Amino acid sequence: MSISTISTGSAVSAGPVPPRTGSRGWRGPVFIAAFVAPALIVYVTLVLLPVALAAVYSLFNWNGLGNLERFIGLENYARALSDPVFLAAIGHNLSIVVLSLVIQGPLAILIALLLNRPLRGRTLIRTLIFVPYVLSEVVAGLAFRLILPPNGPFDSLLTALGWVGDKPNWLAEPAIAFWTLFVVLTWKYLGFAIILMLAGLQGVPEELGEAASIDGASWWQIQRHITLPLLGPTIRIWAFLSIIGALQLFDMVWILTGGGPLNSTNTMATYMVDYGNQRSQVGYGSAVAVILFVISLVIALLYQRVVLRRDLSGAITRGT
Amino acid sequence: MSGTTIRRNGFRWSQPFVYGVALVVVAVTMAPVFYVVLNGFRTTAQINEDPSGLPDPWVFDKYLSVFQNPNFWTQVTNSTIVAGITTFGVVLLGVMAAFVIARYEFWGRTVLYSLFAAGLLFPLTVAVIPLFTMLRTFGLLGNLSAVIAPQIAFALPTTIIILVPFLRAIPAELEDAAMIDGASRFGFFWRVLLPLSWPGLVTVGVLSFVASWNAYLLPLLLLGNPATATLPVGVQYFSTAYSQDTAGVLAFTSVAMIPALVFFTLAQRRIVGGLTGAVKG
Repeated sequence: MSISTISTGSAVSAGPVPPRTGSRGWRGPVFIAAFVAPALIVYVTLVLLPVALAAVYSLFNWNGLGNLERFIGLENYARALSDPVFLAAIGHNLSIVVLSLVIQGPLAILIALLLNRPLRGRTLIRTLIFVPYVLSEVVAGLAFRLILPPNGPFDSLLTALGWVGDKPNWLAEPAIAFWTLFVVLTWKYLGFAIILMLAGLQGVPEELGEAASIDGASWWQIQRHITLPLLGPTIRIWAFLSIIGALQLFDMVWILTGGGPLNSTNTMATYMVDYGNQRSQVGYGSAVAVILFVISLVIALLYQRVVLRRDLSGAITRGT
Repeated sequence: MSGTTIRRNGFRWSQPFVYGVALVVVAVTMAPVFYVVLNGFRTTAQINEDPSGLPDPWVFDKYLSVFQNPNFWTQVTNSTIVAGITTFGVVLLGVMAAFVIARYEFWGRTVLYSLFAAGLLFPLTVAVIPLFTMLRTFGLLGNLSAVIAPQIAFALPTTIIILVPFLRAIPAELEDAAMIDGASRFGFFWRVLLPLSWPGLVTVGVLSFVASWNAYLLPLLLLGNPATATLPVGVQYFSTAYSQDTAGVLAFTSVAMIPALVFFTLAQRRIVGGLTGAVKG
């Protein structure tokens, strides 16, 4: 599946060593089974089974109590896909996917390229940049809820910077709240992207840049034609993680806006918890969960096709 | 040292510019954190009067009252238990499965790997409603194991995907040598492979600890009483219940940041090193 590309990406330094044969006598299979079984059992019962159950629940009108009796076929799906609030939620997820790729990605790469050189306090800079990623989304979200209210510290900072007039209510205006959410998400996850890119840059041999520099290439030409292509695998891993994260987004939205105002920041996951848990429409919430899953799956598979194609051309570049 | 830098990067004026960029990025990153920590040392009246001022005078009451709050300590204990057992479980089950997948050829090996890898596409959000009904059936709602077991299960895919290439990189000659010296497969796993893969284990351990410590959705839905759930749920509950007490919420929030920050500072080389997937001691 698409994950194989990821593992090869992160295994660049590991290199493909063929697995050993385990078929020496009868103890091989027993040993293998004993080692795999615990993980497999936990994984099947607590990951695969619930996902399968969600698919079953989604076909019923069920409040989570009593027997599954009122089979209604695909009605829950029809209802979700004709609810403008849910369709808008899908739109918000997809917008965050696109915005992250278009804004966070290039920004992170640019900052990483600039920081990828011997600097005083380099370790400290890296550590501090990574801090938001380590904080829980709850803590980060609460911090911003306290920073962003009308006439709060952020507004007074803006006033100090010269914006004297009225400021928008960052979290309470439907036209603004989504962008506020995106900026907060960028604050939370840009550091992770930068650190990931810096880690990837360590795998790019310095000699290539030095050689090109001696041949008269400018800094920008070196980055554009040597470093960036070699950073390809890292960028693709980051993009995959970013896409999946954006599609499953829940915590930050739930804390920051609760999906409001007027559903303007709902995501598929907040919509699902709202119905499936808060309103006890377990069947309907499960249908939403399945839709969320199918969308993630389709996007991941599409992504894999693009990635595979790029990986082939990347291999050619690397061969020269 | 700066001489080689300048030669490699081509132009001299770039250095101040780079420091400028670094400074801006760090400032934007850290400003919210500093705001929260500093304003925990003020009173709500001071904050309302001047939202962006510094503590004057410094007030320690809010922080003290967080530490005197019995719910806070229950939450910290719960978070520690949940994250600790989750980490142990993930690393143990993960390394066992990854070891076999990485180093043995057997029927269904590729399928098994793909099955675990596909787990990356099964978001916790999809499973959370069925998990809720399943765990309610077993009467486990409100029990810490209701959070621990699913967290282990959902952390396995990432763990196995990180560990498989890591374990595969350990040279086959070592295994042959161990076998010639009379070690069993388990002996090789226990005495050679585990010590050699320690850096990788620490990396996945740190990642799953931080993920578990910060988790919100599962504890929120499965642990019931928010006042005594885990730290993230508790902080959120406190901020809603005492929303008028801005300084108190800020103090609680900043105390809730501390464990993750301390843990990260101790383990940051592992986290960053783990991201490169490098096999370095």
